[in-house]
Amino acid sequence: MARRRDRLVLAALLTPVTLFLGVFFLVPLLTIAVFSFLTPGLYGGVEWAFYHWNYGRIFGWADGIMEVFEPVYLRILGRSLSFAAVTVLLCLILCYPVAFWVSRLPERWRLVFLFLITLPFFSSLIVRLYAWLLILKPSGLLNEMLLGIGLIGAPLEILYTPTAVVLGMVYVMVPFMFLPLFAAVDNLDRSLIEASYDLGATRFQTFRKVILPQTLPGIVGGSVIVFIPSVGNFIVPDVLGGAKGLMAGNLVEQQFLSARNWPFGAALSMLIMSVVLIVLVTFVTRLRPKEG
Amino acid sequence: MTGLLEIRGARRSFATPEGGRIAALDGVDLDVGANEFVTLLGPSGCGKTTLLRSISGFEALDAGVIRLDGRDIGALPPFRRPVNTVFQSYALFGHMSVARNVGYALEVGGVARAERERAVTEALDKVGLAGFGARRPSQLSGGQRQRVALARAIIGRPRILLLDEPLSALDRNLRQQMQLELKTLQHNLGIAFVFVTHDQEEALTMSDRIVVMRAGRIEQQGSPRDIFRHPRTRFVAEFIGETNLFDVTVDRLEGEVAIGRTAEGLELRLPGAGLTVGRRATAVLRPADFRLAEAGLPVTITRSVYLGQDLNLFATPAPGGPEIRVTARDAADAPEVGARVHLAYDAAAVHLLEGA
Repeated sequence: MARRRDRLVLAALLTPVTLFLGVFFLVPLLTIAVFSFLTPGLYGGVEWAFYHWNYGRIFGWADGIMEVFEPVYLRILGRSLSFAAVTVLLCLILCYPVAFWVSRLPERWRLVFLFLITLPFFSSLIVRLYAWLLILKPSGLLNEMLLGIGLIGAPLEILYTPTAVVLGMVYVMVPFMFLPLFAAVDNLDRSLIEASYDLGATRFQTFRKVILPQTLPGIVGGSVIVFIPSVGNFIVPDVLGGAKGLMAGNLVEQQFLSARNWPFGAALSMLIMSVVLIVLVTFVTRLRPKEG
Repeated sequence: MTGLLEIRGARRSFATPEGGRIAALDGVDLDVGANEFVTLLGPSGCGKTTLLRSISGFEALDAGVIRLDGRDIGALPPFRRPVNTVFQSYALFGHMSVARNVGYALEVGGVARAERERAVTEALDKVGLAGFGARRPSQLSGGQRQRVALARAIIGRPRILLLDEPLSALDRNLRQQMQLELKTLQHNLGIAFVFVTHDQEEALTMSDRIVVMRAGRIEQQGSPRDIFRHPRTRFVAEFIGETNLFDVTVDRLEGEVAIGRTAEGLELRLPGAGLTVGRRATAVLRPADFRLAEAGLPVTITRSVYLGQDLNLFATPAPGGPEIRVTARDAADAPEVGARVHLAYDAAAVHLLEGA
């Protein structure tokens, strides 16, 4: 009796979120999945006829007349994945030591610092990226400064290069890496580190055998949260990457908004999603704490 | 007793939030002999944990010397000191199995796997956890975690095992059982134990020697019996066990016995040796030193606390006077509250505090 009522309560509590996700997450996702197998309409939209050339264009079974195989799509996807991986790595390197430093600050300063980390969210991403444009352009702040102190003879060409894109992505993603990392580091029991030293482990051994495994959930969490939006990001390459800096996200955006080839855009979306899923599942299962 | 650990003039102070400095160790000399069970006992903030952590290497001394086997270890980092600690929170590695926790010291010390596994089995066996190696610490009870922490700390055969209030989280029965086991283990291992606690009962049960600390200094050290029977200061007398203290002035001498008189006019018989009339002293009488008798100190029972086998009686010689604590066997004829009884005691057994 009681169990049945518990079930009813549980169902009632879960209904809103189920409905919300069902309507606003699953339906669009299914729409995209279905679209990716439909014929592109002449002026955008779709025609309801099965059409596998969308994937053929990407993977190489195009008919060569209407649809042409372009290896560039896979290349761009590969580049997006590697850029995202570099972004994750750089964010990790930047945030990990800082997380330790912040976790040892007095309570008051910790709060100040956490506030500072979330400060960028208070202003528009586009505005902040245009600020980077001003910093990185040949006559921008960075070059003026380096020229001023005589470190370089001619302005550095950073803007519209992969460096600028990665720089911008790291800048955007740092808070997303920092917060889960900080949570893990802050939860780390100091007595575990002491126990490790006490039992004869050196600093390096303690880091490798205790600190790293204990903070691994934060590392995995932060990496996942940074990796997923990085692969699909199209705003940063749009502003800082220029014409050569096309990324997978830009491709999708173009197909939907400029080329008006919805099914092909949908096929690219599905591709990005499945690759990201495969990468993440591999990453997370590989990194799960091993028992020795 | 051969000197194993030798601490001389240890000083350590900490900054207080108010901006001042507080001395956690204020000139401590301590010796620990090989195979000795030494307990550092004192209230919180007395410096006992700081002293322990300066032996393990987690606190650097501001001044003073720490020698182990005659070698100055003051500058060595914790991982180079041949001492191991059982932490108050156990500090088990949650991401490792019990076996890997226990074998950690050997793992980081580069001991081969086969040898390590043999030692882990042996250590788990010693603490009564044979067969628990594959489990995770989170799957164990508090008492079992305690044993894992113990096995982990002894596997490397440290010169000294440091224990930082390891029993404080256990319930009473388990704590008493562990006290006995620790003592047995220490005897079998032949390792010196330095045990920190604020629990006087724990200290009395296990120690070869108790070191009573107060405000960064050693107040008194000696065998449990010595500390209990012959406290040197009022602080030690009050901290170790229940006690009655009487501030008396010697009124007259009657042969072997001196008669002391308290401010309230209560007269007590004291061992007379070395006392002169007019001398002030503090007499220590444990609740169990008193017997209910036909003759002696006339008192009225004011309160009675039932403890099972014993009764904790509070008695006063005169209304509004000092309350005397008396332990009596519970029996059918035990005095009720309000009863007039007499307290007898052996004058020779009364302990006098020095310099009081």
